[in-house]
Amino acid sequence: MGLNIVVCVKNVPSTLTVDVGPDGQPKTAGLVCAMNAFDEYAVEEAVRIKERVPGSTVTALTLGPEADQAVLRDALSRGCDAAAHVCGPEFAGSDVFATSKALAAAIRKLSAQKPVHLALFGKNSNDGNSGAVGGMVAAWLDWPGVLSVKKVESVDESSAVLWRMMEDGVDVVKVSLPAAVGTVKEINEPRIPSLKGKMAAKKAVIPKWTASDLGLKPEEVGLAGSKTKVARCTHPPARGAGTRVEGASSAEKAAKLVDILVERKLI
Amino acid sequence: MSQPILVVALNLRGRASPQTWELLSVGRRLADASKSPLVAVLAGGGPEAARELVERGADRVLWTDDDRLQELNEELHAQAVLQAAAKENPAAVLLPSNVAGRSLACRLAVKLGAGLAMDVSEIEAAGQVKRGAYSGNLVADVEFQAPVRVLTVTAMLFAPAARQAGRSGEVQELKFAPGPTRTEFKSFQAEEAGEIDLGSAERIVSGGRGVGGKDKFSAIRELAHALGAAVGASRAAVDSGWIPYRHQVGLTGRTVRPKLYVACGISGQIQHLAGMSGANAIVAINTDPECPMMQQATVAVAGDMFELIPLIVAEVKKRKGAAVAA
Ligand SMILES: Cc1cc2nc3c(=O)[nH]c(=O)nc-3n(C[C@H](O)[C@H](O)[C@H](O)COP(=O)(O)OP(=O)(O)OC[C@H]3O[C@@H](n4cnc5c(N)ncnc54)[C@H](O)[C@@H]3O)c2cc1C
Repeated sequence: MGLNIVVCVKNVPSTLTVDVGPDGQPKTAGLVCAMNAFDEYAVEEAVRIKERVPGSTVTALTLGPEADQAVLRDALSRGCDAAAHVCGPEFAGSDVFATSKALAAAIRKLSAQKPVHLALFGKNSNDGNSGAVGGMVAAWLDWPGVLSVKKVESVDESSAVLWRMMEDGVDVVKVSLPAAVGTVKEINEPRIPSLKGKMAAKKAVIPKWTASDLGLKPEEVGLAGSKTKVARCTHPPARGAGTRVEGASSAEKAAKLVDILVERKLI
Repeated sequence: MSQPILVVALNLRGRASPQTWELLSVGRRLADASKSPLVAVLAGGGPEAARELVERGADRVLWTDDDRLQELNEELHAQAVLQAAAKENPAAVLLPSNVAGRSLACRLAVKLGAGLAMDVSEIEAAGQVKRGAYSGNLVADVEFQAPVRVLTVTAMLFAPAARQAGRSGEVQELKFAPGPTRTEFKSFQAEEAGEIDLGSAERIVSGGRGVGGKDKFSAIRELAHALGAAVGASRAAVDSGWIPYRHQVGLTGRTVRPKLYVACGISGQIQHLAGMSGANAIVAINTDPECPMMQQATVAVAGDMFELIPLIVAEVKKRKGAAVAA
């Protein structure tokens, strides 16, 4: 028994300061990459569920080029038991539609070996920022998908009680499994990889799956299978030079500030 | 006539969301540009609420006040919208960029075979949209390779559609016939009463590490109260346990777009700026005149916040008093 858990992770540039190339696309070649920060919470939660429900296993899953294997090894060092890498030139240019479709196909493949109960996701990636892949994977698999989860109150092989952070409060919902869950940062405090985990991660054999391994046609993946395309990126316009409030005393500064706020109808 | 624009109006717990008016104003503009009707699907509201949507710009409203749509159930909400979409065959579906809208958008995009763009900040009638990437450090122009676009629209960017009493339009009941759901709603716990939500706040006052303690956050609250603002915080303040996480602004917190953002004792690291650089006006109050926040600020006030805040509060009160007297 136990739960068969999948956690999806993404390798992303560690920096947010990215230049734009002559082709109008972000210049990411050569940037140092690491696990998307939000995914660390999803990995940690998967491992915590494994620790709560005896007999559970966690498989880390990613879609990306060859080098992204590193993010799977990182996930293994944080306590995941296995990993799978959706990889191949045919996946280049995948938007959230094509990415989620391929990840869903990989989860189906894993389910064929042993049914998957739960797929966990980070809040969003720090490069694309969509936060859509988890919800879309749920839709492809026709599972319930609960995003913005800040607590897994209880979970067993058939259902989970989840706390969903809404803008104005917290929803508690019970979903039957299998289900996809998007996490938020508040859900836990990720542990750092253990030495034992790092050793195991180094040795792990990670299967690589191409589109045809997943039963997907070339026109269903990558740019061809995408519904959106980034035509170009630009830097947002710089903010104009601001006003510095000068004054001999704090009282004078306070009065001047309020003058400006009133004048500009900000209050 | 071309395909309609469909606005998703979510009345969770019987309440209209202010963001719906913003969606109606963008939707109206798109519909006019493509000479197509603006249709709204109202989930969780009756004919009365539907008529308000007409008065705010919808040509047709399909409403359902089914009880199961009082709380977010992304499966059932998606079914309601899909039912409307099957009838209307929309070119674009507009949703709010909040947890509910984003959850629904994922399912709708897959089921409609649509292109999805989250958190869009500009929408061109021809099809392209703009949205942030790398946490707002880049702006991406997104093109669609699909006949349907599903878009969640960033809050506070578009003026809410004004109500025109007596504006005419059709109001129809959507005979909602939901399939099964595997999601069961248990309970909802509201945040502290009277707290202004950061996402829809016109003004925000935030405190950072410079606040220096949990008790000292009362200064931030006082200024927020005087300005009619919501309270925000930097991660440093949240991690120090001075204020709960839901107040955090930035990369790992909320993205906000108020008219006025007052940053007190926040240095302005890129991860904080990621959440608030879209503010119309930034006021920085900081002892370090050269820190990044002071350089970004529309108005920079160098000094100790504990000296300045009481004086600012007093000044605001004085003027309010003067305005009342006059
Ligand atoms: C992956 C990642 C995600 C992150 N996400 C976020 C996020 O979502 N939000 C976020 O905010 N940060 C985030 N951070 C952290 C961020 O990098 C900064 O560490 C954080 O924003 C600093 O907070 P601060 O400006 O309050 O503190 P500091 O940088 O320490 O600045 C304190 C400021 O207070 C001023 N000050 C001190 N005393 C006073 C006084 N009496 N009056 C006026 N001014 C005073 C100082 O001059 C200084 O400028 C993230 C970091 C990482 C790596």
